[in-house]
Amino acid sequence: MTVNIGPHHPATHGVLRLVVDLEGEVVQDLKPVIGYVHTGIEKSCEDKSYWKVIPFVERMDYVSYFFQMQAFCGAVERLIELEIPPRAKYLRTIFLELNRIHSHLVWLGTTALDLGAISMLWYCFRERDRILDLFEMATGQRMHTRYFQVGGVIEDIPLGFAEKLRSFVAEMPVRVEQYQALLDRNEVFLSRTKGTGIVSRERLLELGVTGPLLRAAGEPWDLRKAVDCLAYPEMEFKIPVGTVGDNYDRYRVRVAEMVESTRIIEQALEGLPEGPFIAEDRKYVLPPRSELSTSMESLIHHFKLVTEGYRVGPGETYYAIESPRGELGCFVLADGSAKPARVHFRDPSFVNLQAFRDMSTGEYIADMICSLGMLDPILGGVDR
Amino acid sequence: MPDAPGLELIRGEIESVHPGAVLDSGFEHGCAGLSIDPARVLAVLGWLRDAPGQGYRFLSSLHAADYLPAEPRFAVHYELLNRDRVERIRVKALLADPGEDALPEIESCCELFPTAEFQEREAFDFFGIVFKGHPDLTRILLPEDYVGWPQRRDFPVGGEPVTFTYNERNYG
Repeated sequence: MTVNIGPHHPATHGVLRLVVDLEGEVVQDLKPVIGYVHTGIEKSCEDKSYWKVIPFVERMDYVSYFFQMQAFCGAVERLIELEIPPRAKYLRTIFLELNRIHSHLVWLGTTALDLGAISMLWYCFRERDRILDLFEMATGQRMHTRYFQVGGVIEDIPLGFAEKLRSFVAEMPVRVEQYQALLDRNEVFLSRTKGTGIVSRERLLELGVTGPLLRAAGEPWDLRKAVDCLAYPEMEFKIPVGTVGDNYDRYRVRVAEMVESTRIIEQALEGLPEGPFIAEDRKYVLPPRSELSTSMESLIHHFKLVTEGYRVGPGETYYAIESPRGELGCFVLADGSAKPARVHFRDPSFVNLQAFRDMSTGEYIADMICSLGMLDPILGGVDR
Repeated sequence: MPDAPGLELIRGEIESVHPGAVLDSGFEHGCAGLSIDPARVLAVLGWLRDAPGQGYRFLSSLHAADYLPAEPRFAVHYELLNRDRVERIRVKALLADPGEDALPEIESCCELFPTAEFQEREAFDFFGIVFKGHPDLTRILLPEDYVGWPQRRDFPVGGEPVTFTYNERNYG
């Protein structure tokens, strides 16, 4: 029997359609059908100057928006060979890790909800709201903050932010323990997740799967450790890995990652260097507001930047970072004008979704729903 | 990243096994890149994956680009990664526009890298690049009945007619 699931179904975590071949309750084959929220963001980016692309790309993967910004800004910074100041690196690291916790909280809440643990959603969204409060305090927006700029970040953190962040960081590991207390010995949760959705490590690598899914299968691959990026080389943290690669391991890896992220934030906050939060290069970075009334040159730079934008010399680059879902790569092709000739995102959800067939065939349809939650696709990122 | 002599070494070794396959090599913004003959793409990718000492086993991204007005116009980029040495290399296959309604063609690398399946479909969907040997080369993000290749540079932004006719009808 062939069953159609979605595109509008709460268990598909977005607008995903699944065509599933069933024999009884067992999945024989399935095909994901995507593209329902394709909005042509990559094409639209070609019509915007570089600094106007930033809010656009944030709206692809709408749960990990800081990562989208970092991927794009990092790619452009590499093209124009602009070094960002140390304080900006640390601030970016703090916000990326906050965003990672935020993304994992959304994942944990909605996936546990799929498995019938309704209270998890409220607990996770309670903490998520505290993170959004922090984002709002520093950037003015709760989501899609446009906080990262080419060259650094748009503003320094406000007074009182560090204290608020510190109290959150102190509290978060306790909260994570509480989530684990609710789930780790829950008979229903264990029998739903243990031994389901197993895909071998070799197969995952063939399929290009990265992120927590790969680490749950025992492969300690994390771009934060592997490449020299932002303030990560100076941070001390562990890469949680699983052993079997089933849904339970995926859950454990992500939960452990939340705790590691709080450690990174703590260290970054302690070691936050003084100095400028954005590069001084006036050709790419807006001058501070105070200079506009005193310096003619600043006014000219400001005018040039907000009307035409800056030009990027011809070239192309691929810049990858570790997003909550795996390798998030941004390819930017510059043709020498003030607008990119091509912006392409290698979205981890899009690539990881290919493993879903392997995860689900031969298992019950109920386990398929569990596996989909543990896969954690964000359909905005899949469809772009 | 292989360094500059390393990249030349790779180029030389490919040349000795597959003469004429590599057209150009070079560094750009710290990324090593090889430009190859599109007819030999599978040979080069297979060599980079399997030859001893290379081990670029992970295809992290496959995407297409349109270099209009340059000629050849299209390119398929393969971002390969060696996870042991954390080295990336970009393999770029430039494809000429065959003109008229014909579509540029290249061999599919799904056999070598199963991860390419979705990404090749995406490149086909937006650029009209045909990957020969792909198991299911259909549109992936756009509707099945869509006409045109919207990520090409000569496809206008806003070229899509909006079918909200209420205002036109009432306020003309």
